[in-house]
Amino acid sequence: MKKFTLPLLLLAFAVLLAAPMAFKSYGLYLLTYWLVFIIAIMGLNLTIGYAGQKSLGHAAFFGIGAYTVAIMMKAGLSFWLGLPAAALLCFVVWLVFRNEEWLTGGTFGLNNIARPQLFGLSLEGNLAYYYFVLAITLLLGGLLWGLLRSPWGKAFTALRDNPIRAESLGIDIRRYTLLSFAIGAAYAGVAGALFASLVQFIDPAPFAIASSIMMYLMVVLGGPGYFLGPVLGSAVGVVLPEWLRFAQGWYLFVFGSAVVLLMIWLPDGLLSIPDRFKARKQARQASAARAASAQAAAKGAQA
Amino acid sequence: MTDFLQLLFSGMSTGAIYALAALGFTLLWQASGTINFAQGEFVMLPAFMMLAFLSAGLPLWACFVLTCFVAVFVLGWAFKRGVVDPLFRHGMMPIVVATIGLAIAMRNAVRAGYSAEAHPFPSLFPDAIYQIAGVTLTLQDLGTFVLALALVLLTQAFLGRTVTGRAMQAVAQNTESASVLGINVPRMIFYTFAINAVLAVAAAALVAPSYLAKFDMGEGLGNKAFFAAIIGGFNNSRGALLGGLIVGVCENLAAAYISPAYKDAVALVIFMIVILFKPQGLLGKKVERKV
Repeated sequence: MKKFTLPLLLLAFAVLLAAPMAFKSYGLYLLTYWLVFIIAIMGLNLTIGYAGQKSLGHAAFFGIGAYTVAIMMKAGLSFWLGLPAAALLCFVVWLVFRNEEWLTGGTFGLNNIARPQLFGLSLEGNLAYYYFVLAITLLLGGLLWGLLRSPWGKAFTALRDNPIRAESLGIDIRRYTLLSFAIGAAYAGVAGALFASLVQFIDPAPFAIASSIMMYLMVVLGGPGYFLGPVLGSAVGVVLPEWLRFAQGWYLFVFGSAVVLLMIWLPDGLLSIPDRFKARKQARQASAARAASAQAAAKGAQA
Repeated sequence: MTDFLQLLFSGMSTGAIYALAALGFTLLWQASGTINFAQGEFVMLPAFMMLAFLSAGLPLWACFVLTCFVAVFVLGWAFKRGVVDPLFRHGMMPIVVATIGLAIAMRNAVRAGYSAEAHPFPSLFPDAIYQIAGVTLTLQDLGTFVLALALVLLTQAFLGRTVTGRAMQAVAQNTESASVLGINVPRMIFYTFAINAVLAVAAAALVAPSYLAKFDMGEGLGNKAFFAAIIGGFNNSRGALLGGLIVGVCENLAAAYISPAYKDAVALVIFMIVILFKPQGLLGKKVERKV
């Protein structure tokens, strides 16, 4: 398995680079949308899958990120100021957005949100914006990868597997719980900021509890605690409903049923398939070894 | 003062309906560790079943009884066998996500297969208005409150006073010892699911006349019931009643005295305050886990 990892990653990267050629503008938009969700779900996967916490408030952080950037860019400030601000500013109640109309346009939302520029290069075009989001996704993915291999990452998994034991080993539970939420929220904030610039129109609806629940669903479907789980999970949550459009009025029914069946088939998420094969192979090997040793023992008894 | 009483009373009738749905939440949680995110849809579906029976020309009470039977089969037995049993041993997360999927499927099946419109629903009570000390009470509100309260108390009496009910509680508290004592554990768990289904049908019959039957009516109701259950204490069925009433009343008062736009946030705010000071809920007991 190990020797395939690097070529596989390179292949995936090449596919992501080449993907825009195969799509029209809506496909490209969807692809970017998917990447944005990968970032948000990566953050939530850290909170839920690695640190073992429960979070149904992720969409709020996503929304805070989106609104921070939208409001700041409306005020004429740079996206590059808004992005870190979005990542930092995750403590405001969602409802304020809905009701403080002077600031956020209320339920009418904010529109005409511009896209950022990078070193004088405009990212206004869909293609340029796709590559921009792809770069940020890879960057944040790399950061998370590093984080998980650091002592912090180990502390998170210890916290998930047995909080009381982790505490008795000197891990400050409260600090690491907060940290896992804060980092997860920062990822959601960045994703929200990218989302605002992608969609160029935001209203409070995508940030309500229903989308928090959807994000939770994406984490669990992909495989909580698997590094690449968010990639598959957000594909199911974002792309699958679009594929199912042929079912017309029934497409969300098909989607919901698919989620139920998928869960029954793979309770540990899509990425548990390789583990399952591995476990089956090991079981086969173990039983073969047992049979061999039983035979040997029987021969020994005869002799 | 009369305004306040007025709001209090209408809030209590909404709260009693939340309590019914919240009671189902706590029952399922206790008996099988299931957090049912489709609870709101479990109320929405019976409402439409009853409408279908009604349009076939049956009287309301017959529709109610028939729907109870169908609901016990579909939302009780089939839900337990199809979704909960296979996922039970994998912990909470897969069940939560499967019920989220189920909620989406049910909501959209009704929208695509039946109708996306809001349907009027006949009231169980005749139109009558009473004036008591300047407070206007409709028989609708009063009857809803009394009936919902009676159902919650009846369920509790069943759990606490009858042999079957006590066996169900034993299963909820300690499955292993219960089976050692000769209690048929799977059957008791099925009873819990059946009771949950019947409570959902009752909630549907009470909520639909004032809020209309619509495919997405379960979304808000399910959320409110979920918060009410946590506010009251997830492992205590009396807590569901308290939580439901608190949410219903506070919501109504906040809509009148603060702002209707913030009405939906009330449940969340109470929820946060309660969780901050008493994480196990108002009436809940703390559960210790092994190292």
